[in-house]
Amino acid sequence: MGYVLSREGLDQVLQGLGTEYRLYAPVLKMGEGRFADTDVVRYDFVTSLDQIELSKKSDYAFKELLTPLSETLFFFTEGEVKVADKDVRDVIVLLRACDLHAVKRLDQMYLANGTEKDWFYQRIRDHVRFALIGCPSSFENCFCASMGTNVAPEGWVFSLEEADGGYRCAVADGTLAGLFAEHADAEADVEPAHVVENDTKVRVPENVPTAIYKHQMWDEYTVRCLKCGRCTIACPTCTCYTMQDVFYTDNGRVGERRRVAASCMIDGYTDVAGGGQYRRTGGERMRFKVLHKVHDFRARFGYDMCVGCGRCDDICPEYISFAACVNKLADAVDALGKEVDGDE
Amino acid sequence: MSNANPYVPFASKVLAIVEHTEREHTFVMAYEGDVKPGQFFEVSIPKYGEAPISVSGICPDVSVDLTIRNVGRVTGELFASFAVGDTVLLRGPYGNGFDVSLYEDGECVVVAGGTGVSPVRGVIDALSHTADAKDKHVIVGFRSPGDMLFRDDLVRWADALDLILTVDGAPEGYEGNIGLVTKYIPDLPLRDPATATAVVVGPPAMMRFSVMGLLQKGFAEENIWVSQERRMCCGLGKCGHCRIGEKYVCLDGPVFNYSVSKDMLD
Ligand code: SF4
Ligand code: SF4
Ligand code: FES
Repeated sequence: MGYVLSREGLDQVLQGLGTEYRLYAPVLKMGEGRFADTDVVRYDFVTSLDQIELSKKSDYAFKELLTPLSETLFFFTEGEVKVADKDVRDVIVLLRACDLHAVKRLDQMYLANGTEKDWFYQRIRDHVRFALIGCPSSFENCFCASMGTNVAPEGWVFSLEEADGGYRCAVADGTLAGLFAEHADAEADVEPAHVVENDTKVRVPENVPTAIYKHQMWDEYTVRCLKCGRCTIACPTCTCYTMQDVFYTDNGRVGERRRVAASCMIDGYTDVAGGGQYRRTGGERMRFKVLHKVHDFRARFGYDMCVGCGRCDDICPEYISFAACVNKLADAVDALGKEVDGDE
Repeated sequence: MSNANPYVPFASKVLAIVEHTEREHTFVMAYEGDVKPGQFFEVSIPKYGEAPISVSGICPDVSVDLTIRNVGRVTGELFASFAVGDTVLLRGPYGNGFDVSLYEDGECVVVAGGTGVSPVRGVIDALSHTADAKDKHVIVGFRSPGDMLFRDDLVRWADALDLILTVDGAPEGYEGNIGLVTKYIPDLPLRDPATATAVVVGPPAMMRFSVMGLLQKGFAEENIWVSQERRMCCGLGKCGHCRIGEKYVCLDGPVFNYSVSKDMLD
């Protein structure tokens, strides 16, 4: 089912959805960007179409909803451990095809790595549904076509995209059709728009020999990378966290246990009790991150972790390009293969 | 939500505390469930945090031993504020642990250094009770005589199997073996190293050189097991800290066959 709506019509639909769902969508935040006086698009709860930024790529992903930067898990009072409450009213998240593919990766890690499900993730996830923002054209640094994430997987309840001064929406969840029909100008055949080609193209190596670990290609990142972790915070598929206990009062009687987002790019990630640290250099950390995104995750789960959103490239203060790094990796793997052939 | 929340710890009573050294104590904790040597628990102290501790002993349906080194916030609080009779919160057990049956038949070598003895203590105990215990060779190394753990066990093991106890260094007048554990590998009296099994646990450098020594001696890679005792955090395969390549040490390990672990590079 598809519909053509005016701006007012779609706004009415969103207001209508608002009675049952909270809406979580990309929002343009003025003056909060990477550099002073620049803008940033990040996710927030909205109540009307006016608040939503549909024409830009969001600098940060939707994942904060599912994996908050800091989430209280338990409260401690004297002698008691209490699971923290959470506002888990139903949510519809507006996101693009790459990010819907990213949800599958988050689910994989939190619900299907090992035998235990992450209870705190699940309690949020159970109340989250998705609406697809169509992509008529690629943004800068996107390489979804290379990663096979340009077409959205199933799992969205409706789609929306701007077209001819109005909006085109496909509705996959029949229970929402009435609401759209009520506010639409017309019915139409709507297929969510998707990108078929990006300017940025990435070649992912099939197998990665362990010789690549010591390859000199990583050295440039030791020089350039600040180890700031922005790339992993912006990434929709990064999931690492660290547990953190805190006290509230001086006598230490009351406190809480939180988990906070962690990054393999930042100091402290690999500290072991009693001293010691793995992967000190930016080059080693880049290698660890990049191989995870385009090799290690696939070796475990059968598909790549990276969804080609390009946010890591957008956000890096040193203009380090993940996409370029993966291409260099593919070249280096080819070259190593040739060396081995030559030896024989 | 029907499934239980795996982050919620359970209460366990401290049944006894054995003080090996000033910094290393074994807490005997009430525990009735299934558990294997080489698995680990998260010791979970509200307001201080959680610390992964390997199981150093098992009394089925009664208790587990957690041998703890006082080096951090959580362990510091445990040492400072918990006594016999108190209740400690735990999560676990996690990890694969050792399959002791792999080592019970035929010749076996265990090389353990420092706190690395904890996860293999149950393995050594099992070996000491086998019919051919004299074919089990155990090399245990500590930094100095004052750092020795499990002194009572060492005496028992010395009677039952071929135990080589050594220290890295000692004050003058010390009469025992002095030298790194690796020093004793070449002279192990093995009939057939190619079919013998080995278990190696300890600090990274010690493990690396011990495995090298075993390979030189003629051990097959597939017959060597190592335990990666390190930087576990959630224990559940979620937090990501323990990942090496495609492996999660908390799920797939900490015990790995060497043919697998040799390709697990940091
Ligand atoms: S690694 Fe970069 S391009 Fe890939 S999903 Fe993460 S942020 Fe997007
Ligand atoms: S790659 Fe860029 S964004 Fe990522 S840690 Fe290094 S400097 Fe920061
Ligand atoms: S310790 Fe958290 S994933 Fe293994």
